[in-house]
Amino acid sequence: MTSKDHDGAAGGTLDTVNGFTDPGLPEHKPRITDVEPAAAKVAERQVAAWFILSMIGTIWFIVSYFLFAPDGSLGRLRLQNAMLGIGAAIALGSVGIGIILWAKTLITDAEVTEDRHSIAGSAEDQAIALEILNQAKEESGIARRPLLRNLLIAAVAIAPLPAVLVLRDLGPLPGDALFRTLWKQGVRLCQDPGGVPEEDRPIKLADVTIGSAFHVIPEKLRESEDPLNEKAKAAVLLMRIRPEELNIEPGRENWSIDGVVAYSKICTHVGCPVALYEHQTHHLLCPCHQSTFDVTNHCKVIFGPAKRPLPQLPIAVDSEGYLVAQSDFHEPVGPTFWEIHTRSTDA
Amino acid sequence: MKLLSARRRHPMALVVLLLVGLLLTGGAYALFTSNSSAKAQEYSSDDVAQGQKLFVANCATCHGMSGQGTENGPSLVGVGASSVDFQVGTGRMPLQMSGPQGQVKKQQFNQDQIDQLAAYVASMGPGPSVPEGDYLDASKGDPAKGGGLFRTNCAMCHNVVGAGGALTRGKYAPNLQNVSEKHLYEAMQTGPQNMPIFNDANLTPEQKRDVIAYVRNASEEPSPGGFKLGALGPVAEGLFIWFFGLAAVIGITVWLTARSK
Repeated sequence: MTSKDHDGAAGGTLDTVNGFTDPGLPEHKPRITDVEPAAAKVAERQVAAWFILSMIGTIWFIVSYFLFAPDGSLGRLRLQNAMLGIGAAIALGSVGIGIILWAKTLITDAEVTEDRHSIAGSAEDQAIALEILNQAKEESGIARRPLLRNLLIAAVAIAPLPAVLVLRDLGPLPGDALFRTLWKQGVRLCQDPGGVPEEDRPIKLADVTIGSAFHVIPEKLRESEDPLNEKAKAAVLLMRIRPEELNIEPGRENWSIDGVVAYSKICTHVGCPVALYEHQTHHLLCPCHQSTFDVTNHCKVIFGPAKRPLPQLPIAVDSEGYLVAQSDFHEPVGPTFWEIHTRSTDA
Repeated sequence: MKLLSARRRHPMALVVLLLVGLLLTGGAYALFTSNSSAKAQEYSSDDVAQGQKLFVANCATCHGMSGQGTENGPSLVGVGASSVDFQVGTGRMPLQMSGPQGQVKKQQFNQDQIDQLAAYVASMGPGPSVPEGDYLDASKGDPAKGGGLFRTNCAMCHNVVGAGGALTRGKYAPNLQNVSEKHLYEAMQTGPQNMPIFNDANLTPEQKRDVIAYVRNASEEPSPGGFKLGALGPVAEGLFIWFFGLAAVIGITVWLTARSK
């Protein structure tokens, strides 16, 4: 039954279900291309035009491949990329638009109704299926040979065991790696030139003038087992603030020298490097989620999703005037984790 | 010679020898290290006098009659000529209006007047002077080294290609792509507004030149991958796809499913 047979009133003849009657299909209205041959002609020309445009796109792709051959400069490469892209977009897009237009205007738009049929098979089909299953049971002898059946079950049951060994290779567990960094007593603070440095540039106390911000890594970073992972934990931001602006907590009096303070650069929220230091407001901003830390108050969180202040690195000056760490951080750096209170750091 | 050899056992000989040695090493040290730091520019007393007139007329309202600072503006003692050249040369000073930070605008003074102002402010106390041309030549810098330094020291605020970014409470790190080499150097040297100061121990003049070379390189290279969209990173690109890409997909879907007339 096609929609051409519908008059819009078919629903009225059906039963009322739950107080609603089936509205039936809407009345079929013929398209302008169905009734006017001139309109059909126009539509045909439009579809043809899209297909021709597609061919032009393909040819343009081929032409621009040679016309804009790269000469080594990035500008030329970009021009060729753009031209190839335009050619490919026209070639494929026009075919698609042409086909859709063809379907919408010229291919018959008859609407067809098909009734759903019952999901269950006929009684005859069900009997045949049951017979096949029973036959298989008899012929395989699975009921008569319990030894084979049980061995089969056991073989399948232990098959996943090797996966345990493979999963074990994901380890070992981190151990105390989250609780210690390369910092320890006497380790010099060195400048971070980006990457893993070839040689250390230790920082003198006198070099850190008021308003300065130094990006710091521990000395001999490159000699450690895994320099990039160690850097990710040990990165420090060193700043000098007028000593009278610092509010120093009891117990941390000797952690800074003349207003020079060092804080972990790893955000306590999800571990982004917090290094947007404003030297007039003394705010440290994390670029990922806008957590803001107040350097004058031991990097207390004053805005954003971070929960803990940034850990402070206690620093001192060695006999040659270079800045050194007094110890490791007194708390784990970076994001909080479940076991954070289960053990203490080396400091 | 006879005189020298006769007195070489004199009790003061050791002291004299030590003094000569110390003076020689000290002098040589000063000679070699001064090569790598920007040298002081010479200003005449006339420049200072002219600068003072300009200062009193244009700056003293906020910075005080002798640059000592008031509650509306910081002290300028010791900020140096470089700071004046940056702040006035980029039009940030004189400040047009108060706000989270000074805005770039058309500069109000010509370079001669800026030099006179700088001479006057430099006469208040020692501070960084205007950098030498040798350290401003981006072609002498190493953009690869500068890139490492830029990503470590600058990129967190100014974006990896220097496109700029937001800071707290309405402040922002400006776009660096059209900033002149001299102003880039002076900004690193003096730390304008909330930017930290990168003194010559932190970034040596050669390293500053490398950073400048990187900024020039990053802003002048064309982008082979198509539109940069301001080089602002995933947020700008995501917004573009969200608005224009999704709008196109929705438009096509509506057209596909619409009944034809």
